[in-house]
Amino acid sequence: MSAGMEENVLELQGVVMTFGGLMALSNLNFNVRRGMIKAIIGPNGAGKTTLFNVITGSFPPTKGTVKFKGQPIQHLKAHKIADRGISRTFQTVELFGNMTVLENVMLGCYTRIRTSFMASGFVLPRSRRKEKRIKESALKILKFIGLIHKFKDSADSLPLGEQKLLEIGRALASEPELICLDEPAAGLNETETHVASSLIRAINAKGITVLLVEHDMKVVMNISDEILVLNYGQKIAEGPPQNIRNSPRVIEAYLGAGEV
Amino acid sequence: MLRIAKLPIAVFALAIMVFPWTAHRIPAIEHYPDIMVFAGIYCLITMGLSLLMGYAGQISIGHAAFFGIGAYISAILTTNYGMNPWACMVIGMAVTAVVAVLVGAPSLKLRGHYLAMATLAFGIIIFIIFNEEIEWTGGPDGMSGIPGLTLFGFEFNSVERYYYLVWGFVIAAFIFTVNVIQSGTGRALRAIHASEPAARAMGVDVSRFKILVFVYSAVLASLAGSLYAHYLNFVNPATFDLFFSIKLLIMIALGGMHNIWGAIVGTGLITFLSNEWLHYFEEFEVIVYGAILLFVTVLLPEGLAGVPGIVKGWFRR
Repeated sequence: MSAGMEENVLELQGVVMTFGGLMALSNLNFNVRRGMIKAIIGPNGAGKTTLFNVITGSFPPTKGTVKFKGQPIQHLKAHKIADRGISRTFQTVELFGNMTVLENVMLGCYTRIRTSFMASGFVLPRSRRKEKRIKESALKILKFIGLIHKFKDSADSLPLGEQKLLEIGRALASEPELICLDEPAAGLNETETHVASSLIRAINAKGITVLLVEHDMKVVMNISDEILVLNYGQKIAEGPPQNIRNSPRVIEAYLGAGEV
Repeated sequence: MLRIAKLPIAVFALAIMVFPWTAHRIPAIEHYPDIMVFAGIYCLITMGLSLLMGYAGQISIGHAAFFGIGAYISAILTTNYGMNPWACMVIGMAVTAVVAVLVGAPSLKLRGHYLAMATLAFGIIIFIIFNEEIEWTGGPDGMSGIPGLTLFGFEFNSVERYYYLVWGFVIAAFIFTVNVIQSGTGRALRAIHASEPAARAMGVDVSRFKILVFVYSAVLASLAGSLYAHYLNFVNPATFDLFFSIKLLIMIALGGMHNIWGAIVGTGLITFLSNEWLHYFEEFEVIVYGAILLFVTVLLPEGLAGVPGIVKGWFRR
């Protein structure tokens, strides 16, 4: 990924998020260029998940702007942001456990293909065709993430590694331009982590911009083009992996962790 | 995929069609079609409730109020203003829809216990209005002289005729509801039940859907209320009290909330219990309902609709 000329998919300008007296994000500025894999790291409580929640519209920032493809989106509700083309996964898996693997991915298509309440009640031929398209599209995604053989299983019954993959698959089904992955490797064993990493690369190879929060440094150093380091809601470093690895401020923030 | 088999629906529709014809010939159950009219009316309410509670995961302990609004609007507009009953039915549904939006928009922001309390309070308020607005509603004495239904000169003036009218509505509403459940809309509703944040992140407008289902269930309850008023030709507030809202919950809990068939089975059973089989218990009837609810929640959390699954489980072992 050569730096410089590419368009920014996501731009954050002066983003502040306070909860009561606690400043979770303070005056955060950064960009995500189209087509890159950008990782956000930082010690626990650094504001990584808060940042994701602000970007994806779980709550509006206290101050500042979030621009997606040049348009401000910080005032939009989560479902509107999803419609614009940002999809996400959750730190603790948030699957629809009462539904099958296939249905989970089919719901992911909701941003693209939907039927009204009335149209679905009267089963207009149009809604039937839509349902068929949704199913085909979902099956393709299940093939891509390697869960096609489990399409009938209930999402609850999958082991954690596959649940994480399914969550990514569900997010992919909306055909996002930017996908936000919140700790895709958390709780996974080495093999599963490897599978998840290759999947993230494959997603990126499709031209989807990836923003991820991750604690597993091996994953982060391996797959990201750029890393943003947060501490106490502030940006303390930003740049390619090799620069971050040697940054004294980052080493200081992580002191005692001994991983970097 | 969530698929609701078509065959049982066809068998069910056929059974409903031939039932009065059979019951007529067996003296012991000769009066059952009359009870079935009430069962059908209640089914309209519980189907909507099943979609609201079982599928979308929202609680309402105030649906007796929507049932009452439909009944009273039909009663007032036909007796005091001589309006066409069918028009009144539609007006009742429209008014109920507006009330449901007004009540639902703030309430559905609440969750679990709080939503239950909000709908409970709404039910109580409406019940008080039925009792106190004597000029309009006749107060505790109720209103009589509500006309029957006629369509193009055809009078629904016998139990059997009314039975087919009510069950026609039930089957139409059942098919509509089943279609919704099996569609992308139904998937979105179940997604809301499982995880609101995830549903939002996938583009589902959670608040809009909650209100939509709430309104749909309220409108069905209102239709049921109008049919009730024109069948009995009489309404009084006692029908629409808090206990009726709870009885509706017992119906869908007994049948199974997570399955639309549960609403039908549970409603049928409870209606027959309360109109026929529980007379022996007299005022202790309530205790039987309590026992049923306790039994179901502890031993059959999926209700009677879950029984086939349990039996299948035994055979697999």
